[in-house]
Amino acid sequence: MSHHELWVAFITIVRKEIRRFTRIWAQTLLPPAITMTLYFIIFGNLIGSRIGEMGGFSYMEFIVPGLIMMSVITNSYGNVVSSFFSTKFQKNIEELLVSPTPNWVILSGYVLGGVSRGLAVGFIVTLLSLFFTKLQIHSFWVTIATVMLTSVLFSLGGFINAVFANSFDDISIIPTFILTPLTYLGGVFYSIQLLPEFWQGVSQLNPILYMVNTFRYGILGSSDINVSFAFGVIILFNLVLFTIALKLLNMGKGIRQ
Amino acid sequence: MTIALSIKDLRKVYGNKFEALKGISFDVQQGDFFALLGPNGAGKSTTLGIVSSLVNKTSGQVEIFGFDLEKDQAAAKRSLGVVPQEFNFNMFEKVGDIVRTQAGYYGIPVAVAKQRAETYLKKLGLWDKRDVPARMLSGGMKRRLMIARALVHEPKLLILDEPTAGVDIELRRSMWAFLKELNKAGTTIILTTHYLEEAESLCRNIAIIDHGSIVHNTSIKSLLQQLNTETFILDIRPEQALDVAFEGYSCQLEDPHTLVVQVDKNKGLNGLFKQLEAQDIEVTSMRNKSNRLEELFVAMVEKNLETSEA
Repeated sequence: MSHHELWVAFITIVRKEIRRFTRIWAQTLLPPAITMTLYFIIFGNLIGSRIGEMGGFSYMEFIVPGLIMMSVITNSYGNVVSSFFSTKFQKNIEELLVSPTPNWVILSGYVLGGVSRGLAVGFIVTLLSLFFTKLQIHSFWVTIATVMLTSVLFSLGGFINAVFANSFDDISIIPTFILTPLTYLGGVFYSIQLLPEFWQGVSQLNPILYMVNTFRYGILGSSDINVSFAFGVIILFNLVLFTIALKLLNMGKGIRQ
Repeated sequence: MTIALSIKDLRKVYGNKFEALKGISFDVQQGDFFALLGPNGAGKSTTLGIVSSLVNKTSGQVEIFGFDLEKDQAAAKRSLGVVPQEFNFNMFEKVGDIVRTQAGYYGIPVAVAKQRAETYLKKLGLWDKRDVPARMLSGGMKRRLMIARALVHEPKLLILDEPTAGVDIELRRSMWAFLKELNKAGTTIILTTHYLEEAESLCRNIAIIDHGSIVHNTSIKSLLQQLNTETFILDIRPEQALDVAFEGYSCQLEDPHTLVVQVDKNKGLNGLFKQLEAQDIEVTSMRNKSNRLEELFVAMVEKNLETSEA
């Protein structure tokens, strides 16, 4: 395929993905807006006012970047895992498999679909947070780079989950038993400085900690971990997951007999 | 003449060690209307699955218009359109979006894709339904949608896996007319079907596959010449006794008004009609017991089954 044809195929997949999550906006865009508003009201406003400062900021200011990142993570992952699994389940993946679209374009298209939903929800949550706190951006580029790389990473994770999934149960196991605990323990609601030294060390094994803290640095200018190191970790995870996802697609795992 | 599809020594062994294809080879010429027949589980769908890149082969070679499906995948896939047996589009997508999206997967720009979608949806009588979600279509319309989708990139070779399964007679006839017209315009067509009348009426050449091997690969005309006897059903009056007999013909009375006669290919029916007339038996109507190809197909598959069991 020529470069132009590859571009057309890529954009077609992305458009289809955006069309899908906007068509079912009540299932994809509305719930995170409601959930995060409740977090802002209950944790940020009601309980937060009694907690006092966290890391030198009001509790509301502290949790906003973490909650935005949590929305981006769960929605990027959720979009690709449910879309690609449905495509497999309904067999309309065959539309792509019979076409000359190369696997790396298929993967990139689904990932950008996930990133689009992750960013759309992130944007909605950011707008909602403005009702509760002032948001100042410490470093625009760090903020944008972190949110983009994190969204790509979890879109890739969702894709790999969908490849291995054989039932709808299989696409909820990882988000429920791995992703949610890691997100909650990834410094969204607290600074790891509050933990005993041993648990601080354990927390540093959690990749989400690096993303939440780098994003928080981009907004507040404060982080529990080294930002350059965090970027290195996120980029490395992206490369590893992209390679695994592409390899699975080339093998036809779960999609070709 | 150009070969549209060339399959050489194609083998497929599934994970459970089941050998679905035992090294089959056959060619389909450009412009042909070709039938791939076989009983359930014979290996038809596996063959078409490999050609469509939906099933990984174990060994062998597939070329579409000279392009190796492994080494020159994009060019090979661009020449091929596939209409699968089962509905495999997103039921929640609109009809027009399904066809336009498929065009996009082939790198066809949006403006051209829109134009082509309109052309093929109109040809298949679905233009009025372009903004309707696919789940709202009837079974026949869904099948036509899959044909429109497969044609949107204008392939030179079209594969249809049981295109008229579950379709009413009227629609089946109109689909036959459409496919004949498409073939006449130059598209090579390969179809699998359980309606042997369909294969006999549409196709020029045929391959019969059974137990993962090609048992026949020839023209329908020469295949039908192998048929030694044909069975006719005659509706007669007045009613006859069960021991009715006609010299030189093997007859059986199914009921007092229905006579089943096996006629040798070289014999003809005149002798029988003379005897019927002599006995004052009137024939009110006459028909084939089954489609000629069907008789031959059943005989071949049964013979193959006996051989494999021996």
